[in-house]
Amino acid sequence: MVVEQNIQSNMEASPLGRLGGASGHITLPEGSIEKQTNTLNLGPTHPATHGVFQNILELDGERIISAEQTVGYIHRAFEKIAERRPLYQITPLTDRLNYCSSPINNMGWHTTCEKLLKIQTPKRVDYLRVIIMELARISDHLICNSIVGVDTGAFTGFLYVMQYRELIYEIYEEVCGSRLTTNIGRIGGFERNFSNTAFEKLERFLKEYPSVLKEFENLFNRNRIFMDRTKDTGAISAERALNYGFTGPNLRAAGVDYDVRVHTPYSSYEDFDFKVPVGTTGDNYDRFLVRDEEMWQSLSIIQQAYRKVQEFKGTDAEVYHADVPEYYLPEKEDVYTKMEALIWHFKIIMGETDIPKGEVYHSVEGANGELGFYLVSDGGRTPYRLHFRRPCFIYYQAYSELTKGGMLSDAIITMSSLNLIAGELDA
Amino acid sequence: MVLTNDKIKQKLVEKFGNMVSGFEEPYGMFTFQAPKEMNLKVIQFLYDDVELQFRFLTDLTAVHYPERIGEEIAVVYHLHNLVSNTRIRFKVYTDAVKSEVFTASALFSSANWQEREAYDFFGVNFLGHPNLKRIMNVEEMDYFPLRKEFPLEDQTRIDKDDEMFGRG
Repeated sequence: MVVEQNIQSNMEASPLGRLGGASGHITLPEGSIEKQTNTLNLGPTHPATHGVFQNILELDGERIISAEQTVGYIHRAFEKIAERRPLYQITPLTDRLNYCSSPINNMGWHTTCEKLLKIQTPKRVDYLRVIIMELARISDHLICNSIVGVDTGAFTGFLYVMQYRELIYEIYEEVCGSRLTTNIGRIGGFERNFSNTAFEKLERFLKEYPSVLKEFENLFNRNRIFMDRTKDTGAISAERALNYGFTGPNLRAAGVDYDVRVHTPYSSYEDFDFKVPVGTTGDNYDRFLVRDEEMWQSLSIIQQAYRKVQEFKGTDAEVYHADVPEYYLPEKEDVYTKMEALIWHFKIIMGETDIPKGEVYHSVEGANGELGFYLVSDGGRTPYRLHFRRPCFIYYQAYSELTKGGMLSDAIITMSSLNLIAGELDA
Repeated sequence: MVLTNDKIKQKLVEKFGNMVSGFEEPYGMFTFQAPKEMNLKVIQFLYDDVELQFRFLTDLTAVHYPERIGEEIAVVYHLHNLVSNTRIRFKVYTDAVKSEVFTASALFSSANWQEREAYDFFGVNFLGHPNLKRIMNVEEMDYFPLRKEFPLEDQTRIDKDDEMFGRG
């Protein structure tokens, strides 16, 4: 009876009622741990993380206090495997880094080899490579931007643009035979000349894509809901972004106009006229806009490159690889029908020719940043050490800082707008 | 302002004398090395100097040279001056048994994970690192897999029953 009376008097004393108590605080039973925050395990297989990412979030309500990332779930030891493989057998490994734009990785690797082997590629090869790389950039940005849309609740854009990614994949298929993990090109050029179908598909893409991208912009760019969700979330200053080693669209969104294509041109990028879009705040909305503008710039580069390719006449228009028989694989027809070509093909694939001794760092502008290859060769058949500078491995470190103090739902958008690709991150 | 490799070399020698050595230019990239105790001093100098301004850490990794006794592991920094667009490569060598190098993570936030990766694969102990633990491999792993004493499986081995995977 005494106990009941006590409760009664407490209820009267406190405006919070029965649970409030005099101090406004719940008294927990003895021995229980008093924890003010919740721990949420986001990932590794969460549909909203678009890949194998684990984040251990400490939440106060819906606000993030701290985030700790765990990576390495799909680590495949590419750097170790590459130490046993001749140059051509490494190209398929690069496919599996950023698999949304594998042609850029393939060509980054081939240009690295060309730098080591001191191979000069013909202009037409460079322009064809630029076409493929910019198509890859468009397909990558398209996926990233539409996924940001999906995460903010707009599925339509994603489905709408998908058929144009399909068209890009068909162009790859026409050139190299595969679509996602392309293994496109050779050291010194391409495996075959672009067929007429490839050029027809490219023309169709150049004709139809601008209106699609325009409509995609209409869906998002000034959409009130989309802007409210993405503006001022996941923002980073230029200074912090540089310190965190950001590159690519994420760095440019923070206001730094660093682009490998401009600063260290490869594959004749210096012949093209294009702008490097930059943002100001480095938030999710700016990242979206920078990618969006880059797609327009890529379109313009493709148009310029296609015009340049068309200017080659006569035998020049047939050039699709450099004259480097030691490293360029013989024609497939010859491999199947002629003894010498078959032997030569085998010798190149198995790395019978030793690569020169040297130390090379070469980087290309990947779709999500500076993709670098650090190749140390001791003059054997395989690299002595190969290190990939994977842009998203480096900038994913900032995720904790980007999301701290924000809402859980914003953290999801931040993750997709950083364009994290698990394959590249984990190598 | 053009920053030439000779200029960088001159500035480094002026500051550190004979402590910096091994100047090379493989494929145009200025490369040099310093004793491992000096790594932070050199990086800080490269960062602070008004002309050098190497304020962007592009890449940090390690290479294992088992035949170089006493300095088996090279820690390689790729630094970038974004103002004059110059890249350099800086190396410090450390022994494999007690490989201790000071961390650059206080200067570059990007070094944090890259150093963890170098630790994970090569066992480089970055002194002063805030969270030096394995990043790609499982934490129970007790060796450093990218070292050369761990060769990949011999592809011609015949003692393994691999029938299920097409090699039987």
